[in-house]
Amino acid sequence: MRSIIRSLFFMLLGTIAMGRPAGAQTLRVVATTADLGSLAQDVGGDKVTVVALAKGYQDPHFVDPKPSFILEVSRANLLLVIGRELEIGWLPPLINNSRNAKVQPGGGGYLDASANVKILEIPTGQITRAMGDVHPSGNPHYWLEPDNGRRMAQAIRDKLSELAPANRAYFAQRYVDFDKRLSEAQKRWEATMAPYKGTKIVTYHRSWPNFMEHFGLDVIGYVEPKPGVPPSPTHTLELIAEMKRQSSKIIVVEPYFDLKTAQSIATQVGGKVLVLAPSAGGVKEASDYLGLFEYNINLLASTLRQITGK
Amino acid sequence: MRLNLLRSLVLTCVFTLIGSPGFAQQPSDEAALRAEVTRLREALDALEARLAALEGTTQGVPAPTAPPQQAVATPEPPAVVPSGGGGVGNSKVFNPDTSLLANFVGAAGRNPVSDQPSLQLTEVEAAFQAVVDPYARADFFLAAGPDGLEIEEGFITFTSLPASLLLKVGKMRAQFGKVNMIHTHLMPTADRPLVTENLVGGEEGLSDSGFSLSKLVANPFMFIEATGEVFRGNSSVFQSSERSKLNYVGRLRGYRDLTEGSNIDLGASVAFGPTEVGPDLNKRLIGMDATFRYRPLRRAIYKRFQARTELVWSRQTFPAAAQEKAFGYYGLGEYQFARRWYVGGRYDRSARALDASLRDTGGSLFLTFWPSEFSQIRSQYRRTNYAEGVKANEFLTQFSFAIGAHGAHVF
Repeated sequence: MRSIIRSLFFMLLGTIAMGRPAGAQTLRVVATTADLGSLAQDVGGDKVTVVALAKGYQDPHFVDPKPSFILEVSRANLLLVIGRELEIGWLPPLINNSRNAKVQPGGGGYLDASANVKILEIPTGQITRAMGDVHPSGNPHYWLEPDNGRRMAQAIRDKLSELAPANRAYFAQRYVDFDKRLSEAQKRWEATMAPYKGTKIVTYHRSWPNFMEHFGLDVIGYVEPKPGVPPSPTHTLELIAEMKRQSSKIIVVEPYFDLKTAQSIATQVGGKVLVLAPSAGGVKEASDYLGLFEYNINLLASTLRQITGK
Repeated sequence: MRLNLLRSLVLTCVFTLIGSPGFAQQPSDEAALRAEVTRLREALDALEARLAALEGTTQGVPAPTAPPQQAVATPEPPAVVPSGGGGVGNSKVFNPDTSLLANFVGAAGRNPVSDQPSLQLTEVEAAFQAVVDPYARADFFLAAGPDGLEIEEGFITFTSLPASLLLKVGKMRAQFGKVNMIHTHLMPTADRPLVTENLVGGEEGLSDSGFSLSKLVANPFMFIEATGEVFRGNSSVFQSSERSKLNYVGRLRGYRDLTEGSNIDLGASVAFGPTEVGPDLNKRLIGMDATFRYRPLRRAIYKRFQARTELVWSRQTFPAAAQEKAFGYYGLGEYQFARRWYVGGRYDRSARALDASLRDTGGSLFLTFWPSEFSQIRSQYRRTNYAEGVKANEFLTQFSFAIGAHGAHVF
């Protein structure tokens, strides 16, 4: 029996020593979120294959670090992360167990897309967990601003060019095309939202500061009493009073939150609950990064039109 | 002056490049050239902004290639400075992520077999985790309990080896089954299953000094990880008094997503080594485990279900070719029915390692409340039928809480 055990053990070691198949010719890009994946596809075109780990309708803070994701990260030439601790609860085990030196933080195949974007809500003073799930280095939902999307695409273009210099001109051209489409759409979105500047909005979670600031909407409160903390009766009553006082009629909710509390508040204030897409793929109509804004702006504008008559 | 000089220099470079023979040979790639010029302009803008910042001007950084009316003065964000463990730590960038995790258990009811006190801070775990260098990271878990302070785990992990290898060296929990690898604060119950207590070393489990080498086995069907481990033989199960007699552990794990919200996780483990029962006497453990998980992604923070079973076969040799074979298992189900609430049950059945004619059975029901990710409160009713005919009915209450930056755990 002892010899069987020994044989089994050495079989395992033998399996361990086996090689792995050669990699594909295109760059394999693994993005932690669907937005990063969409931008990588926009810039990388057919020179990349892109896998996004978190779905757009999934809370990106709470993703299971599944072994199937380890496989994806292990094969990646480039790992794109949102950073600012958005993925801190699930990405480190994937990287640590990937056996992929390229995508370790600091490696040539690792890109934190937050390095050169506009970050809001960077806490000052002492931070404790009594404040809820605060992010010490600022709000990580920065991709919900077109200018940040442009900067993220630039960073992706530069990183892809670094990894595949022969395709530098291709990536540069793809970026120019993307930039053009984004700029044209951005003008349209801003014009659509212009009449509603200063409208007072409530959101469920602090997912939208960049989006709301960019389009001139004023967030006056949150359904969550603190980031990541479920709604409490006391806070809900206070929020209803505040919404009535400021005539706020719209509550923006992500698709992964329960609508019950938000709908109850909306009923009390005579308002509406809007389920916006926080990421590409968050709703089926918003399949990519540009579609995400298109969907959200159209839904917001049509609702505001009904409410304000503008 | 410096700005103008810099701009002239870069533009000269751009036009030199455009006018170079290499470019002249690719007249059809005009669009790419334009893109390159745009990129260089952006680089120039960024350089100008940096220079301006250095010279103390208040000029902002315009949004790259955005229409003029959309130009946003982007505040220079503070650099992302990952701390050693992957978190963010400002000035303490090279300090390891540090956390303390406490486990407090209260027990009520009658159990003449157990010496578990009525109220006890059973463990305080101090964790230190950081990247060592470009090739490795290190994790230390020091556990302080009623018996003193000990190194629960302390190992280096080489993350950059070739051929999909992962090597751990140090003291660590062996990859035998599922429960053996789980730290106390991550258990779904306030205790460990009877089969773990009877056959796999209980709370301490298979935890020893040694090497662990694992590899992802490439295949188109599923995640397969093969692990081989060698330990000194100084755990709750295996004891060696000679350098030549070691404890070997092997594990094969297979995982597959069934749907985007459900998956199956299967494992086979084997452990072999000397024991303190007597000289030249050995123990062999064989384990099989299966876990099914369901977590709908759209409601991932509100709902999940997990079912797990582990089966363990133990064989202890005795003098004169005698041996004792024992078998045990548990089955556990846990369901999250609200954002912060979980309910579950477990069935236990296990013979004892040195006398398989003695068989304990039991069952538990438990309810867990998670005020946040960093604390949990659990109530558990446990009924145990010991082989001696003793029946125990107990209520356990557990408080687990954590402070500091604790690294995310493997799935």
